[in-house]
Amino acid sequence: MLRRTLIGAAALAAAVTLAHSAGARPVADGAGARQAADSYPVTIHAANGDIVIKARPTRVVSLSPSSTEDIFAVGAGKQVVAVDDQSDYPKSAPLTKLSGYTPNAEAIASYNPDLVVVSNDGGIVAQLEKLGITVLFEPAPDNVAGAYDEIRQLGRATGHTEQATTVVRSMQKQLTALIRSVPKASRHLKIYHELDPTYYSATSSTFIGRIYKLFGFRDIADAADTTHSGYPQLSAEYIVSTNPDVIVLADSICCGQNAATVAARPGWGGLSAVQHHRVIAIDDSVASRWGPRIVNFARAVAGAARKK
Amino acid sequence: MAVDSIRRGAEPLIRARGISRRWGLCAGVFLAGSLLVGFGVGPVGIGAQGIVESALSHVPYLHVTSPLTAVQESILWQLRAPRVVLAGIVGGMLALSGSAYQGVFRNPLADPYLLGVAAGAGLGATLAIAYGHVHGSGQLVPIAAFVGGSIAVACAFALGRSVGTARAAGALVLAGVTVAAFMTALQTFVQQQRTDTLREVYSWLLGGFSTAGWSQVVLVLPYVLLSSIVIVLHRRVLDVLSLGDEEATSLGVDVARTRLLLVIAATAGTAAAVSVSGLIGFVGIIVPHTIRLLVSTSYRAVVPLSLVVGAGFLVLTDVLARTILSPAELPIGVVTAFFGAPFFALVLRSSKTSQ
Repeated sequence: MLRRTLIGAAALAAAVTLAHSAGARPVADGAGARQAADSYPVTIHAANGDIVIKARPTRVVSLSPSSTEDIFAVGAGKQVVAVDDQSDYPKSAPLTKLSGYTPNAEAIASYNPDLVVVSNDGGIVAQLEKLGITVLFEPAPDNVAGAYDEIRQLGRATGHTEQATTVVRSMQKQLTALIRSVPKASRHLKIYHELDPTYYSATSSTFIGRIYKLFGFRDIADAADTTHSGYPQLSAEYIVSTNPDVIVLADSICCGQNAATVAARPGWGGLSAVQHHRVIAIDDSVASRWGPRIVNFARAVAGAARKK
Repeated sequence: MAVDSIRRGAEPLIRARGISRRWGLCAGVFLAGSLLVGFGVGPVGIGAQGIVESALSHVPYLHVTSPLTAVQESILWQLRAPRVVLAGIVGGMLALSGSAYQGVFRNPLADPYLLGVAAGAGLGATLAIAYGHVHGSGQLVPIAAFVGGSIAVACAFALGRSVGTARAAGALVLAGVTVAAFMTALQTFVQQQRTDTLREVYSWLLGGFSTAGWSQVVLVLPYVLLSSIVIVLHRRVLDVLSLGDEEATSLGVDVARTRLLLVIAATAGTAAAVSVSGLIGFVGIIVPHTIRLLVSTSYRAVVPLSLVVGAGFLVLTDVLARTILSPAELPIGVVTAFFGAPFFALVLRSSKTSQ
């Protein structure tokens, strides 16, 4: 019985890990896509191949919280009929009980969608395609450029190419400004990114780690990633002995962690990050998605790094 | 007095020997060695001399100054020491409960999770993780796990009783399996409802001591002490029970009452251990059986030695869990099975050839 519980848990964990690291990288739509603004049919180079969209979609279903944020940011929110149970941002998104982790093709089809966007594919893409539904697979990107590509693709697919370009430019501009706002002397700070209170962390090869890399920070999880998973579980001894300068808590909502709880952990009170008030609690979902709100994430991190 | 005469009456019936001085010493040395390794090894290298001097510096009137830096001090005493101690307590408790369950149910495959403690504790912890995190409620998870585990076993007992006393032990085991299946279903359902908390639920289920602190040691110690005392005091009665319900009754043991008492003790101890460590399998089966194969089948040996060897075993496994991928952690369940299974296979083989 116990063994079955463990296997079940392991399978789920594998699914979660996959969701974080799914390999395929979307390709940028070339200039060709832009010239005839928003004419159809259009071909999108998504992770599930070159997808032809015949007409402007008006019944979009998003099963990916990041894609939901992208779609609303480019101004296609009115074309969305349903989003999955985790897509809690923006508030105007039509939240349903559809699941992106254990998707059900029938339930999705009942919304009669003309475009479905997913970021996890455990076979749902093939199932939906069998039903004749157009699917865009937009998995977790490796870096910020990949996130921009997905915004452009979703903009083009929904007929909002112009706005998508504006969103991406604004993000690029803000990110550059935020990176510049951190003084050169603070560019080499040691950072610890906490995924849960058992010290799972993210290395600089992950999406979130690459944002830290843009600032020049050194990720303490790198030395611990002996299995190259990107998400090692650190030992408390190691964290305390490396004495990180910045601690980012991506487990503030799920697990109620904040600067005070970190300072109260045995042995953590003397850490540089605690002493210099550089422990920041970030909304877990902001820290785990790759939509336009990565700017908010970077702003919080930059704010902490600027503290003396 | 009456109980004493029963015990003396049963003694000749049970041929197996108790603990010889040699095996007692071996177990003691094993535990002491495990503790030394546990304190000495970690991602941060602290020399043996430093550890000893640092320990002495905490003893009043000795005036020894610790050679360690403040960071090393806090790593040693705030992070490593409670972890070693907690692993020892949990390991000892799980092995002890396992031996008690095996005796009470006369079933060599019984483990501390037989009556649904694990499933109930898992459900409690999952509920606490999924819905309970209002603000910094780290203490809620162990309490919910303890309550869940206890409720599961209480349900199993109520269900098993309603079947009748004639096939009490068998009915109870079946009831435990039923309750466990039901609780696991609920747990999985809750987990699926809240996929955002999946990672935390998953790492709790796998078990481990990565966040061990003194507060957890204080939290479980009373339960573990009490249930250990009850089980150890009943080691002779367990030998009598091993003769069968009817034999034991004829020797004057109130079988139903003894069984209830031992199950309560083993459950409370297991639930307390599980509440701070998560679900660590294997220890409760492997340790008592190793002792049976190596030392004696008498519960006078199995019970106390399980406590000592179980503690040492889990301390050592935890050392592996935190050093194999150092400075990353490995789930302890992986280590207990990966190293425990081949070791047990070896014990099984060698005991067969020697017979």
